Amino acid sequence: MCLAVPLRVESVDGAVGRVSLGGVLRDISLVLTPEAQTGDYVLVHTGFAISVLDEKEAQETLALFAELEEASRAVEAADPRTTEGATAQG
Amino acid sequence: MKYSDEYRDPGVARRLVDAITQAAKKRFSVMEFCGGHTHAIMRFGIRQALSSHVDLLSGPGCPVCVTANADIDAAIALAERPGITVATFGDMVRVPGSRSSLQEARSRGADVQVVYSALDAVNMAAADGDRSMVMLGIGFETTAPTIAASVKQAQAMGLCNYYVYSMHKLTPPAMKAILGAGEIKVDAVLGPGHVTSITGWKAWDFLPRAHGIPCAVSGFEPTDILSAILAIAESLNEPAAQRRVSNTYARGVTAEGNSVAKRLMADVFEMAPALWRGLGELPGSGLDLGPEYAAYDAKRVFEIGDLETTTADARGCRCSQVLRGLIAPPECPLFRHGCNPAHPIGPCMVSGEGACSAYYRYGGALD
Repeated sequence: MCLAVPLRVESVDGAVGRVSLGGVLRDISLVLTPEAQTGDYVLVHTGFAISVLDEKEAQETLALFAELEEASRAVEAADPRTTEGATAQG
Repeated sequence: MKYSDEYRDPGVARRLVDAITQAAKKRFSVMEFCGGHTHAIMRFGIRQALSSHVDLLSGPGCPVCVTANADIDAAIALAERPGITVATFGDMVRVPGSRSSLQEARSRGADVQVVYSALDAVNMAAADGDRSMVMLGIGFETTAPTIAASVKQAQAMGLCNYYVYSMHKLTPPAMKAILGAGEIKVDAVLGPGHVTSITGWKAWDFLPRAHGIPCAVSGFEPTDILSAILAIAESLNEPAAQRRVSNTYARGVTAEGNSVAKRLMADVFEMAPALWRGLGELPGSGLDLGPEYAAYDAKRVFEIGDLETTTADARGCRCSQVLRGLIAPPECPLFRHGCNPAHPIGPCMVSGEGACSAYYRYGGALD
């Protein structure tokens, strides 16, 4: 019920935004996110954008994942018990 | 950046599982409040991946599942009246009330229409001024602002035939009720990402403050959920007084949430007691239309009167216990034995995001 999907705003006309959902263009309401602009990704729930996604925060989370990956690899490289096969299995 | 695929990397997921098992000093339980999380957890095999260290408990976070029989009975009574159309989101139509569901009522001739958005119902009201359109306001804080917006839209269009029957519910009071009842041991809470994009993560501050348990607000992709559980595992290693709400869904959630949506909700609705399936009546856990919007309030305009309604589940159905996290769906004797998505008996199997439906669809190996 609280399902919401991230979609890109393709154009804005007043309080109506046009998003592309699997190639089909659909109008959604922007009354809850008046700050949304063309090119932003918004969380869409029952025909309304409820949140404008923050690209900087999104990238930061991915950067943390990359760090985790790197740290794990470094630990494995330093551990003589770890083999290539074990790395693949994680 | 698509804001979805990037958070499904299996390699990162494996690292996060390793990090969780390393951080866990002892076995701990996490209640995922939200039915969307239950589905993602089952779908991506997260429950299995963490089963040696973490117990994941499904909570009451499926608005359709916690809707009381009395509200469904009232919706059916309205739809059966001449001149009234009841509009609803699709997942509500098959949920059983005391005697039947909206779908069964429709097959008997009641006028029930499924809409994608409350604005569709407003447009239907505008297109047919002779009929009264009653939109069922179902959902948590995620959905309530959209229903509030529909009332404002109907007002702006000067419509006199658009109404809302509000059964909206608020999530923090339900979480408090579950913790207060003390029926199960909850070490931490996985905060519902989309609810919290509206409320802001400060709405969950009471969990560490009043109950000493960590809460991590999470998105719905596998690495979102795993990083939230990692934040919980790390937080559990700290003294209770130092625990905080972690926001691992920062791309969609802020401390204060969506101020426009919150203002709109506060304008159109007022807090009211609400009846929850499984939890009973909880004070301040629901939203009714405020007195200024009485003309749009189906409860005020159409006297529904006393219906012969029951709070009991269907015979043998244990949804009420599933919703409180007391049992996992396979522990219900009806699960797979008479209750399945094609022939559901209880709401947790009916709804696409009910815990029973999630376990049925993805949980085969665990039964």
